[in-house]
Amino acid sequence: MSRLNANNELLAKEVIARYPIKKSALIPLLHLVQEQNGYVTSEGMTHLAELLDITSAEVLGTCSFYEMFKLEPVGRYVINVCGTMSCQLLGADELIHHAEERLGIKVGATTDDGLFTLEKAECQAACTEAPCLQVNYRHEYRVTHGDFDALVDRLVADSKKNGSAVIPPHGTLSETRQHIPAGRAVGAVAPDEVDGAPVWLPVDEPEETA
Amino acid sequence: MTPPNDTEASPTVSITINGAAVEANPGELLIDAAERHGVYIPRFCYHPRMNPVGMCRMCLVDVDTGRGPGLQPSCMISVSEGMTVDTESERTQRAQEGILELLLVNHPLDCPVCDKGGECPLQDQTVAYGPGESRFVEEKRHYEKPIPISDLVYLDRERCILCDRCTRFASEVAGDPLIHFIDRGNETQVNTFPDEPFSSYFSGNTVQICPVGALTAEPYRFKARPWDLAENESTAVVDSTGARVVLQSSRDELVRVLGVDSDAVNWSWLSDKERFTYEANRSEDRLTDPLVRSESGEFATARWSDAAAFAAEAFAVEPDRIGVIGGARLPVEGQFMWSSLLTGLGVNDVDPQIGDGLDLDLVRSLPRATIADAAAPGGVVVLLCGDLKEELPTLYLRLRHAAVEDGAALIELSARATGLARYAKAKLHPLPGSIDDVAGALAAGTLNEAVGGVDPADLAKVAELLGSGRPVTVVVGRTNLAEDAGLITRAAAALHELVPTAKFLPALRRGNINGAIETGLARGRSTTEILRDAAAGEIETLVLLGADPLADHPDRALVSSAFDMVENLVAVDTFKTASSARADVILPAATFGEVDGSFVNLERRISPLRAKVTAPGQGRADWMIAAELAVALDQDIDVASLDDVRAQLSAAVPAFADVDWNNMDRGGDGPLLGSSGATGPSLAEIAAATSVAVPAVDGYGLRLVVDRKLWDLGTMVQQSPSLAHLAADATLSLAPADFDALGVDQGSTVTLSGPGGETAELNVSASRDLPRGVAHIPFRASGFDVGTFLSASTAVVDVRVNAG
Repeated sequence: MSRLNANNELLAKEVIARYPIKKSALIPLLHLVQEQNGYVTSEGMTHLAELLDITSAEVLGTCSFYEMFKLEPVGRYVINVCGTMSCQLLGADELIHHAEERLGIKVGATTDDGLFTLEKAECQAACTEAPCLQVNYRHEYRVTHGDFDALVDRLVADSKKNGSAVIPPHGTLSETRQHIPAGRAVGAVAPDEVDGAPVWLPVDEPEETA
Repeated sequence: MTPPNDTEASPTVSITINGAAVEANPGELLIDAAERHGVYIPRFCYHPRMNPVGMCRMCLVDVDTGRGPGLQPSCMISVSEGMTVDTESERTQRAQEGILELLLVNHPLDCPVCDKGGECPLQDQTVAYGPGESRFVEEKRHYEKPIPISDLVYLDRERCILCDRCTRFASEVAGDPLIHFIDRGNETQVNTFPDEPFSSYFSGNTVQICPVGALTAEPYRFKARPWDLAENESTAVVDSTGARVVLQSSRDELVRVLGVDSDAVNWSWLSDKERFTYEANRSEDRLTDPLVRSESGEFATARWSDAAAFAAEAFAVEPDRIGVIGGARLPVEGQFMWSSLLTGLGVNDVDPQIGDGLDLDLVRSLPRATIADAAAPGGVVVLLCGDLKEELPTLYLRLRHAAVEDGAALIELSARATGLARYAKAKLHPLPGSIDDVAGALAAGTLNEAVGGVDPADLAKVAELLGSGRPVTVVVGRTNLAEDAGLITRAAAALHELVPTAKFLPALRRGNINGAIETGLARGRSTTEILRDAAAGEIETLVLLGADPLADHPDRALVSSAFDMVENLVAVDTFKTASSARADVILPAATFGEVDGSFVNLERRISPLRAKVTAPGQGRADWMIAAELAVALDQDIDVASLDDVRAQLSAAVPAFADVDWNNMDRGGDGPLLGSSGATGPSLAEIAAATSVAVPAVDGYGLRLVVDRKLWDLGTMVQQSPSLAHLAADATLSLAPADFDALGVDQGSTVTLSGPGGETAELNVSASRDLPRGVAHIPFRASGFDVGTFLSASTAVVDVRVNAG
């Protein structure tokens, strides 16, 4: 099941309908594929190409541009350790080394139990909290080796709980799904069919000329 | 690129390039303006037929628009009044050196083994503008050396400089974006989706426009070095578009065909069929000697004079018992000589079409459009024809461009959705047999009832477009080979009645068919009538001029019985085909690239065919074969050279009176032929004389739609080793909605039953291109010959599909 399942296909069609040009829905739908499968599958990309009336090559071109779309299976938790300057000065290299030891994998690999993928990342915009890392893009600040071990223990314990995990599996977008009722939707107006100002801007009444 | 309309009063813009004041066109790109005035700015990504992207930065020049000089990419900046440009400044030179050093960081220096070496823009510009040496000492980026991205194109990603030309071509020009930039930054590469090859009909163009050796064409790889090549400009003959090409040869063998930028015709693009079928010239199956059937029934090689004498005997019958089929392969000169020979003999029945074309009276009487008319910005184009992407691919590119870039409105009036459907403003896909009713309803303005399964709302939409006052062009051809051509005649006449100012472009596919029409090699009985009379014993001698009706005529049974009945079968051909193999004598002809001549395309534009290599064996030019026969038949035809033939043609046929034979393509495009001066029946008379009895649809059957694919079992494709395996499979396609009603499953094997009780087992697939109630099978496809189901004597073909 690596194409979109029936529910997600329905959702995809709703998302597509929000855009005047189908192709614009590509990135939200790539997220949807990644949410369903944990990574962006080849079949999922082909499915999106069919839904959006573009070629699979175009889907892959967009998808592969973005670091956070994974084209290979990853663990339930993707741990990104920042390796940029502030973090590096405050021990990121040692932290990564420790993480490799603790998880028993090299950077870029996934543990055999499918729980962890370890990555070295670029700046995560938390230089005051160095060294930092992210678990499924959720920050952990000023991480010591002890903190890291505790984090791993917590995540392992979390992964065994059913449904109440603090950090959802990689790819999960949100707990609640946006739904725009038909009556409130602006609708998809093609760019060349726009007449007048955007609906969210107040329209100036034309001035009366005497 | 068409410069945008400029409303300024001044018709030109004054700029200064390298100190010289020049006048540029408003909206013109600086790189073009400079080139027009003799200043070449180096570039890799810029291509005049595609949108500029400013990818490679090689065209950076010093531009001052009043705010002080600075570097600007000249492919991304339009000229403006008072602009001062310096393409040789210190700053420009430093930029060029820097860009080249950067591009060469990852580019391998394997020029000595690279096919592009010697004609490589990167190599040439590095010598001309480069820094001389590189400071880069690190390891270059490595990729697997060439990977096939399609059956015809190999990609070496190490050589790629990411100029975006091939990917832009694929998406902007061909509309097949099957290659794309993948990944990011230092990892960026051009590639396809895994297991989805770049199977575009136009893939060869990417090789031609690649500014480095990253893309190479399978047929040319390691065949020659550029400095070994000799070349000559000619015209592609595989279809009637007449794309301009340059033929390149090495050691008297054609090794490459490149597109030439003809503004009127192909804009430098070619389909892969036009580009690669040169391979067939050197096929081992080429006929090299005249063949005469001996007493034992086997072919034996003969001397020309003996073969000509043998063939001449076949003409010693009553002229009305002689029928000639074919002639569209021949150059104009060969066609005229054959026409003269037949006239001399009193033979009055010759048809260059093989039962798959149009009423030639119709073609002659329609006001003719040019490709430029059809592709004009803002026009309306009715596609009353087959799938142009399959049949006339270079015309498809022009019309696609018109629809996508220039606001032309395409209207499809065809049996199924074609390759242009996704760009069409309106689509009418009537059930086979009712296309004339639909056009008639448009002409009569009866738009509120469904006709031929077409929704009235769609009819109204089409009527509105046609009545909008925009110029209308109708591309007219056969949309369905299983349908009587008379229906198209009537539909075309109805459209002409509705829009009297409309012009028509005949989409007759076959090579030089328009040359045959103009030179008189098209008169009297049609091919189908000739075959019918032959089957009835009224034709004794059948002459095949490069025609293979046994494979090409839609009615297989008719051709077979005609061949059985005729006394003499004479063939002039380049290959032993299904038909010529049954002849009593085959005269070998020299063909494309081997003889000088000329070609008339679907616009009536004449352009030269030029020889580049010698014909294999004893193959002769077609005009010589006709002259040889004339001598054997004691005809008074006095020609000793091609010039003699041309002089006679100019004197005899008014349309050719003004042709300047030695300068046909001077200035780029060949000229349009003059008026033929012939007066035939009017369009209304032709339509009135055309009656087609279409049976009512029965509730159980499906109506057959048969049309051509670009890659088929045609001789030229099959004799080209790189192309032969591309032939489409004969799959039966149905509209998705028909599957349930028929009780068959997608992908399963079904039994197809024809009207005459014939049956066939075929794989069935769903196609959204089809309306309900039809069954589609490609003609001359691999695995099943649908010709066995077709009949020239019925207006439509109804078939049944059963599971299992």
